Amino acid sequence: MSQSQAPAKIAVRNLTMAYGSFVVMRDLNFEIAEKDIFVIMGGSGCGKSTLLRHLIGLREPAQGSILYEGEDFTATDPGERGAFIRRFGVMYQSGALWSSLTLAENLALPLEEYTGLSPQAVRELVSYKLSLVGLSGYEDYYPSQISGGMNKRAGIARSMALDPDIFFLDEPGAGLDPLSSRRLDDLILRLRDSLGSTIVIVTHELASIFAIANNSLFLDTATRTQGAVGNPIELREHSTNPAVRLFLRRGEEENETTSCPAR
Amino acid sequence: MPVNQTSPPSARWKRDGGRVVLELAGDWRHDGPAPEIDGEPPDQAPERYATETLGDFDSTLPAFILAHLRRVAGQSSPGDGGADSRAATPSLAGLSPNLQGLLELALAVPEESDAGRQPEHSSEIRKLGKVAIRVWAGLSSIAEFTGHSVLALGRFFAGKARFRARDFATVIQECGPEALPIVTLISFLIGMILAFVGNVQLASFGATIYVADLVAIAMVREMGVVMTAIIMSGRTGAAFAAHLGSMRANEEIDALKTFGFDPFDFLVLPRMLALTLVMPLLTIYANVVGIAGGMLVGVMAGIPPVLYWNETLSAVSLTNASLGVFKSVFFGIAIAMSGCLQGLHAAKSSAGVGEATTRAVVSAITAVVVIDSAFAALFTVLDI
Repeated sequence: MSQSQAPAKIAVRNLTMAYGSFVVMRDLNFEIAEKDIFVIMGGSGCGKSTLLRHLIGLREPAQGSILYEGEDFTATDPGERGAFIRRFGVMYQSGALWSSLTLAENLALPLEEYTGLSPQAVRELVSYKLSLVGLSGYEDYYPSQISGGMNKRAGIARSMALDPDIFFLDEPGAGLDPLSSRRLDDLILRLRDSLGSTIVIVTHELASIFAIANNSLFLDTATRTQGAVGNPIELREHSTNPAVRLFLRRGEEENETTSCPAR
Repeated sequence: MPVNQTSPPSARWKRDGGRVVLELAGDWRHDGPAPEIDGEPPDQAPERYATETLGDFDSTLPAFILAHLRRVAGQSSPGDGGADSRAATPSLAGLSPNLQGLLELALAVPEESDAGRQPEHSSEIRKLGKVAIRVWAGLSSIAEFTGHSVLALGRFFAGKARFRARDFATVIQECGPEALPIVTLISFLIGMILAFVGNVQLASFGATIYVADLVAIAMVREMGVVMTAIIMSGRTGAAFAAHLGSMRANEEIDALKTFGFDPFDFLVLPRMLALTLVMPLLTIYANVVGIAGGMLVGVMAGIPPVLYWNETLSAVSLTNASLGVFKSVFFGIAIAMSGCLQGLHAAKSSAGVGEATTRAVVSAITAVVVIDSAFAALFTVLDI
């Protein structure tokens, strides 16, 4: 198998993603270093969320492999995979809180399952995590009783339940008001800085990309493969791929203000 | 522009030499008359548009022009694969600025070649093949689900399966006590119907007392358990499918997986156990209520209650009574399985949840009747 001297936190090698015979993206090759805030970006429907689902093992790659610290994740058997997955914290697009449980129960479920903590300690941990996302006092609410933005934040709190070392966030900022979105960015930076976590985010919110990401991957819909990898600010200025520059400048090419790419 | 009087819309294709001019006239409105089209549409985009007599228009006009441009573009670039191989922008000369703007906007992104024409409505043989593949996929998903269930049950009895005791209690509450009113009503009425029908027939032989036997045996062997199973298919099977289906649509099942919980242990197992536990109890209850319904009719027909009761007791043997209860266990498994299977395989949309619910109820009722027939044949052979 492939060998690297200092294995990256996450390495993706020759990944091809497909639904049946429909190839979504092919030949993806990138590495995510420890403590990176890594953004997966690209136009709507280009397979960002599909890539995320591959990274967390919800879909199997059509080809290629995904390595965590040099260990091949795609080749593990279900038992070993459990150990990998427990190091992940995943926030889904809609929050995906378990709707029959209260917020506190949502966070407590994995804690009760995987730790030997006393009920008192679990309760303390739950209210600590909820207060990190600004939701203290909402312990006994059901997900249907709070707003969509609060559901997302609660989803982040739940993803933090087991203190994972890699976070996967699927469009955390979408549908949030500017202030909440800003607070979310701060939260993500804080998570990285204080917990030392690696964070993988799927998003196309430019403001938040430039504010937090230090590394990124651009998925190109036209060529069905990766358009560029690198720091988003550098990509905006120096990328050789015009599609990437166009995306990061909201369609405004240098010295040109028209939004019509006809000529 | 005069709004009150409209002139009929028309389009004329004019050719001079190799150049094509499209003459547009009248008011193109969706509530007006259909446009009159003169001349054969050419295989090329018009060079110029003549709009001197064009009146008022809404979206029908740009839609008409765009349809022509798209058709022409599709013919002139055969087998274009990517987005970059698009033809030069067609000329929009002669059109008013706002029409030009709308068409430029519509033409800005080329038609997605993969998404547009899918070979969906092809030959009959292809359709047949698709049906066969779908049926095969359905059967193998049932087989897979059954295998999963057996494994999960094994884990449960080995004490390794994980689910919340509270979920189990909630499911028991939902499919047990909360189903009692409807089970009571249906069983009571079924008991009465059996007694009515039996009474009419048996009265002509002067054997009215045997109504008690008829009701008792029919209830405990067949009607009690089958009616309960059908009620539970519609009530609980549908609820399971809808619940799991919407959990799937909302990514809640993915969330379980990424926390390392097996959705099978966590969601299917408590439901299956609850239903197999509750079904026998509901069946016994339904039998008793059905016999009470029959007794009411019997008493109205002139049989003294004590006599009716004694006749019932002599008719129902322990074997008879246990047959229905025995079957109810299998019905419970079948209903829980169809509900959970359809829920876990639902498409991730609200329509998908509805479809899954329908399929769950239909397959649960079918399974109940098929299993019951199999048992009827088996019991006949065994002479029970």
